[in-house]
Amino acid sequence: MGLLKLLFLSCGIVITGLGFANIASSAEITGAGASFPFPVYSKWAEAFKATGGPSLNYQSIGSSGGIKQIKAKTVDFGATDAPLSFDDLEASGLVQFPAILGGVVPVLNLEGFKPGQIKMTGEVLADIYLGNILVWSDKKIAALNPGLNLPTTPITVVHRADGSGTSAIFTNYLSKISPEWKSKVGEGAAVKWPATSSVGGKGNEGVAANVTRLKGSIGYVEWAYAKSNKMTYMQMKNAAGKYIIPDDPNFSAAARTTDWSKTPGMGVYLTNAAGADAWPIAGASFILIYKNPENKANVAQVLKFFEFSFSDTGDKMALDLDYAPIPDNVVTYIQKNVWSQINTK
Amino acid sequence: MNMTRSQVARRQRIQDSVFQYSTQFFAVTVLIALLGIIISLFKDAWPALHQFGFGFFASTEWDIIGGEFGGFVPIYGTVVTSFIALLIAVPLSFGIAVFLTEICPNRLRRPFGTAVELLAAVPSIIYGMFGLFFFVPPFAEYVEPALAGTLGQIPVIGILFSGAFNGIGILCASLILAMMILPFITSIMRDVFDIVPPILKESAYGIGCTTWEVICRIVLPYTSTGVIGGIMLGLGRALGETMAVTFVIGNAHKISPSLFAAGSSIASTLANEFGEAEAGAHLSSLFALGLSLFIITLIILSLAKFMLIRMEKAKGVKT
Repeated sequence: MGLLKLLFLSCGIVITGLGFANIASSAEITGAGASFPFPVYSKWAEAFKATGGPSLNYQSIGSSGGIKQIKAKTVDFGATDAPLSFDDLEASGLVQFPAILGGVVPVLNLEGFKPGQIKMTGEVLADIYLGNILVWSDKKIAALNPGLNLPTTPITVVHRADGSGTSAIFTNYLSKISPEWKSKVGEGAAVKWPATSSVGGKGNEGVAANVTRLKGSIGYVEWAYAKSNKMTYMQMKNAAGKYIIPDDPNFSAAARTTDWSKTPGMGVYLTNAAGADAWPIAGASFILIYKNPENKANVAQVLKFFEFSFSDTGDKMALDLDYAPIPDNVVTYIQKNVWSQINTK
Repeated sequence: MNMTRSQVARRQRIQDSVFQYSTQFFAVTVLIALLGIIISLFKDAWPALHQFGFGFFASTEWDIIGGEFGGFVPIYGTVVTSFIALLIAVPLSFGIAVFLTEICPNRLRRPFGTAVELLAAVPSIIYGMFGLFFFVPPFAEYVEPALAGTLGQIPVIGILFSGAFNGIGILCASLILAMMILPFITSIMRDVFDIVPPILKESAYGIGCTTWEVICRIVLPYTSTGVIGGIMLGLGRALGETMAVTFVIGNAHKISPSLFAAGSSIASTLANEFGEAEAGAHLSSLFALGLSLFIITLIILSLAKFMLIRMEKAKGVKT
């Protein structure tokens, strides 16, 4: 008798469990990938759910993990900071579009200097990261900063120790600017850092922690980290020859003034963009979706989610978290040229 | 419930054999797990070992874009940090253990002993954060300049203490490691010192030995196996320590003669790069690094065992 009771009970539990699982999957869209946009995706997801939409289950496992998961079809969408090439997209039947923008910001630790006080160009930044410039008082840095009394402190270069989209954007920029960087180091999520006096940090927080602790150090972090840690960032000379301070409108300007239609698959690095107000080391975080998804209902909801994120409400939330929203002209382009390829019916 | 004697005996026999086989099974699972780890490590490391050959263990190249990998830098970092950590932790642990067992007043033994054990219970990431946020700044500002000014002036070994005072680096990682393995070595030394029969020590004291002589002539020879075991346990932890080292070693893929310079260890390289490694030579090389760590541990354990056997032989037959 006891055994029978137990059997009934366990059957009951299993059935209820299955029931819950069903409910959960129908009211949940899933995504995985880049960690950089995770905070803003979470915030959007919360607000999207409040409007009556499904909840979002986003696994912040890193860009290459996101690509693996979408290719394994375990999630409704993948997210990556480093865009896939058009050939790769075509081969797997995926489409790609940017969902949020950010800026990579060079930061330094030198006593007595205010954020934005030191000016920098891509060439000199490449020389520092190549180890060609060893002290802050070097004449190449001094030439960009007349009137500033730069100390003879040796420079310690701080870079990401883990593979990351931030490094991919940063090295892509240096490769575009400096032929020496391009031939000696190249670009990628993780490269061989040539400077002798260099230190690696794990994640944006690791680089930020190292730069704030090492006197005379220079590093590069996402804008949100530079801002929240009150780090001493630099002005950068952009492609138009203007010195720019890092800020959200300048990251958006890089996206707005880029001709996306030139790159099939939208896999654009927004570095060294042409606009007069464009921050030179901006980058987008991308979303990957199948053209013919298996779970059409879920992908329809995913598109609704991003439609919501591109709205004015979504833009404001992104700005609150120090991300730069996708400019309206790019949103129109995405809806017209990318989403139209996705078959959700 | 009337059972005949033979029934009882039969039942006990069954119980015994079930017990015997189940414990045997548990022991075998350890072996199976170990074998499984070796096989899977080797299988995944094979492409890299095949491509780069034995040169993998000697090459300092680690070029992810160019697809050239060699494990010497992290292997060097692992061995050097662990060695320095032992160099610092073993004498300190020995001192603490001697104090706790021979010299410390009875009422203080418990608080001191508990403090040491609590140190062992601190999660390693806490050591890493403590190291980076509280230990590194004064280390860079005061300790490294002082070392460079004193030890750094000595010819030959001076080069070990030269370079920029960044705080983060091989030496810093070694010190944090020393702090982490200290409680392990200390508590084992204390426990084995405690089992020395009092009659031996009292006889030695009775014929006029000093505390030092008692430690060197009675306690250490009696407990050598345990002491070496404790040191090996500490070394094992130092070799494989991941998070704390990742925080303070500097994660630069370089070898510098200076201990102040940033480097990397096997565990820190794995922690940094495994998550984003693309399948292929990179991932396989990371597995090969894991295999190297396994081999290093195996070599050290065998050396320790060999040493113990030699010591036993030198002492003659022990009862």
